[in-house]
Amino acid sequence: MTKVPVQFTLNGREQNEFVDSGSTLLAALRDKLGLYGTKAGCHQGTCGACTVIIDGSPQLSCLTLAERCAGKSVTTLEGLTGNGALHPLQQAFMEGFAAQCGFCTPGMILAAKSLLDRNPSPSRDDVIDAISGNICRCTGYDPIINAILTAAEQLRGARKSA
Amino acid sequence: MNKPEGALIGQRIRRKEDLRFITGEGRYVDDIRLPYMAHATVLRSPHAHARIKSVRTKRAARMPGVLAIYTSADMQEAGVGNLPVGWIVPHTNGGPMARPPHPVLASGRVRHVGDPIAFIVAETRADALAAMNRIDVDYEMLKPTVDLETSIETGASQIWDEAPNNLCYDWDVGDKAAVDKAFAAAHHVTTVKLINNRVHASPMETRGVIGHYDPSSDRYTLYTSNQNPHVIRVLLAISTLKISEEKIRVVAPDVGGGFGMKIYHYAEEVLAVFAAHKLRRPVKWVAERSEAFVCDTHARDHVTTVSLALDAEGVVKGLKVDTIANMGAYLSTFAPAIPSFFYAYPMPGPYKVRAVHVRTRAAFTNTMPVDAYRGAGRPECTYVLERAMDAAAREMGIDRIEMRRRNLIPAEAFPYKTPLLWTYDVGEFHKLLDKAYEVGGFATLAERKKKARARGRYLGLGFAFYMEACGMGPSKLLGREGCLGGQYEVGQVRVNPTGTVTVLTGSHTHGQGHETVYAQIVADTLGVDFSQVEIVHGDTDRVAYGIGTYGSRSLAVGGSAMKMSLDKVIEKGSKIAAHLLEADARDIEFKRGRFTVAGTDRTKSFKEVVAAAYNPVDYPLDKLEPGLEETTWFDPPDFTFPYGCHLCEIEVDPETGRIEVKALAAVDDFGNQVNPMIVEGQIHGGLAQGTGQALLEHCVFDRETGQLLSGSFMDYAMPRADDLPAMRIESVVTPCRNNPLGVKGCGEAGAIAGPAALVSAVLDALAPLGVAAIDMPVTPEKVWRAIQSAQSIPLPLAGRG
Repeated sequence: MTKVPVQFTLNGREQNEFVDSGSTLLAALRDKLGLYGTKAGCHQGTCGACTVIIDGSPQLSCLTLAERCAGKSVTTLEGLTGNGALHPLQQAFMEGFAAQCGFCTPGMILAAKSLLDRNPSPSRDDVIDAISGNICRCTGYDPIINAILTAAEQLRGARKSA
Repeated sequence: MNKPEGALIGQRIRRKEDLRFITGEGRYVDDIRLPYMAHATVLRSPHAHARIKSVRTKRAARMPGVLAIYTSADMQEAGVGNLPVGWIVPHTNGGPMARPPHPVLASGRVRHVGDPIAFIVAETRADALAAMNRIDVDYEMLKPTVDLETSIETGASQIWDEAPNNLCYDWDVGDKAAVDKAFAAAHHVTTVKLINNRVHASPMETRGVIGHYDPSSDRYTLYTSNQNPHVIRVLLAISTLKISEEKIRVVAPDVGGGFGMKIYHYAEEVLAVFAAHKLRRPVKWVAERSEAFVCDTHARDHVTTVSLALDAEGVVKGLKVDTIANMGAYLSTFAPAIPSFFYAYPMPGPYKVRAVHVRTRAAFTNTMPVDAYRGAGRPECTYVLERAMDAAAREMGIDRIEMRRRNLIPAEAFPYKTPLLWTYDVGEFHKLLDKAYEVGGFATLAERKKKARARGRYLGLGFAFYMEACGMGPSKLLGREGCLGGQYEVGQVRVNPTGTVTVLTGSHTHGQGHETVYAQIVADTLGVDFSQVEIVHGDTDRVAYGIGTYGSRSLAVGGSAMKMSLDKVIEKGSKIAAHLLEADARDIEFKRGRFTVAGTDRTKSFKEVVAAAYNPVDYPLDKLEPGLEETTWFDPPDFTFPYGCHLCEIEVDPETGRIEVKALAAVDDFGNQVNPMIVEGQIHGGLAQGTGQALLEHCVFDRETGQLLSGSFMDYAMPRADDLPAMRIESVVTPCRNNPLGVKGCGEAGAIAGPAALVSAVLDALAPLGVAAIDMPVTPEKVWRAIQSAQSIPLPLAGRG
């Protein structure tokens, strides 16, 4: 298989990799870079478990070719705790019991982060819309929606006081 | 005495396990990478029913990267045994239950789409897939039996020589003569025919396995996404691979949801370990999502006719149930038990009718094996009872709530012996119903309906009263009823020399939060710091033995075993403290982490006693062994009996048939609650799945070919964030009397009551339009068609009932 050089930003750091041509970003993250926080739920773009943020927008890493990430900025769940502290979304997911088996959680948090980065004051419907591509089989979604709204509130408060 | 009390028990304690999940550090099977690991794929039958004339693998075996290709011939040559059945239904009519073989790889014939034929191991998954496509299989097509209802009729294509007329068993329970008498004397008879739709558990993590063999120690390791690793270890030893048990380690690490579907022993577990041993390399297989739909067990899939014999007041005098249940093509591990023991014995649920008869015919079809899924038999039972009660109420012009009131078992009747099997220990059904009435807002329902009508919508309020049997036991009863394995649980409490605590439990957590809930009990009971309690599970090398997690049994059985060990730790600690304090052990009181001579200030801390136990220089060595570690094997004296009422309000747009779920609520009695937050989470999830079954989910087969038409999340409709409203969760607490924690189990309730509650709401909404029956999943198309056909029939008929 042809190897393609890809230069991109991964969780704020420059990353240079040779990837198999035609392989997915999901495979690159998990199989080459050891970032297991990105989960494979369907490989078909139907469950959202593999959601990462590419240049600010939520993307399904199972349908994204690794080579198409050249020059782009990719954020995975591991990138949220880069400075050692939990992100308000992570804190809110924990406080609000928004994870049960934990498998959909990384994708949920990243879909939510992408929303809050774009829209700091989302309505409940905005949140539902933002995670409607992410399936959770355990929680019934309500705790997840509430956690995202709580995190939004906290982020707004932090911004105000900054 | 029965109610646990303490600083943490009963509190909404944040989960210990969440830190790893929210930081991406959860480690599921697919996250485990072993050195030199090879990858496997499974060649599966594209046909529902065919004779295999030949399997040619030579060309595929020469493909780049291929390490091995195994077929049924290799399994036979190596003496690999069939996948086991763990439950033999006794006392069947017309001959014993049929037990056709379930080979690890299909031999001679394939019997469902997805039936495994070959296991391909290669350097990479891509190599394995490429090779898989080069295997030539010659099939001779056979006519598949797909439709359940006609599968047992003469003329249906036969699937097994061992099962004439595709019948696995014909079994019945109850007093047929008493039921006939009740029907002969009935003032009114209600009969409903129901289809309980076939669904797939669809946990977000698909099943995956890694087999590993270490020649140095001659030991085998299986990592598997499974709910009960010890059971799998035993089955690998006695049924499939026949490896001496002590040489096998089974690890079920973080598991991304199970819901019953991950209880069973599956072919890929056998194949991965087999291949790892042959190749001397770790071998991984992880199901693709579409593969999961054809290689996991499915669930439900009943066709039932239920009849109630009622007196003039609407009191049920006789209950008659006749069910055909789908087993699929092979018997999965617990499949025979689900539509018999777990479906029929829970009848008549919370109702006091004494004349009950249930007949189940379990049928083979050319579809994937069917086994337990969240609720397992009890959702089907509740659906039958509640649909029948609603229909009877409607036909007799009795209010639905009043109908229940007249039929529920009164509080003073407890302990209550049911006509079929159990004795319910405690319950306050009428009190709970009153609360549900209030929560549902029945008093203002007419007003809400009127308002909805003004907006062009039809509003419906539905509910289902359910009665469960959880925390199965004792083993003796289950053995008599056909269960081939003990149903106790093991809880070992290991107080470490520094006073921290390690608990080794046979329960397995895959989302339920045991690491938190069990630690709450430990911290409160021993007075140790919550952060210094570790709950270990899911590894047969660390936990000596256990049964696992299913049937809402973890806390009731596994938690109780642990609690009894904690009590033994305190008992031994009291003896040590008595020695240190020069007092009689009977005078020692243990509270908040201190052993005190009653009525004095002479006291020793838990840590001081632990230190003495591990360094026994001042120690009663003539009476006590050093160390502080206790184990309990708890075989429960009986099941536990949670019950409750789940409610649902919906609105229907009659133009499109679209249903909007406006509100979901639950009022349950789970006995004591150790962590109400986690209990609520279990209800949320259960109701989400119940709503899914009621409105969205359906495993659909082409009736001619047996092809699965709903084989991905694009066709199998999973509930998403916009399908579910916020839920209101309320409780009534009557502590269970069958275990030391007073807990009943809450894992399955939502999935049990949910479907019946949702359909009840739909039929309530559509009643003014003349719709009296509808089957799940209640899709917009079905609603629209039901409205159209009800409106086109002359009124007297349409208005019937």
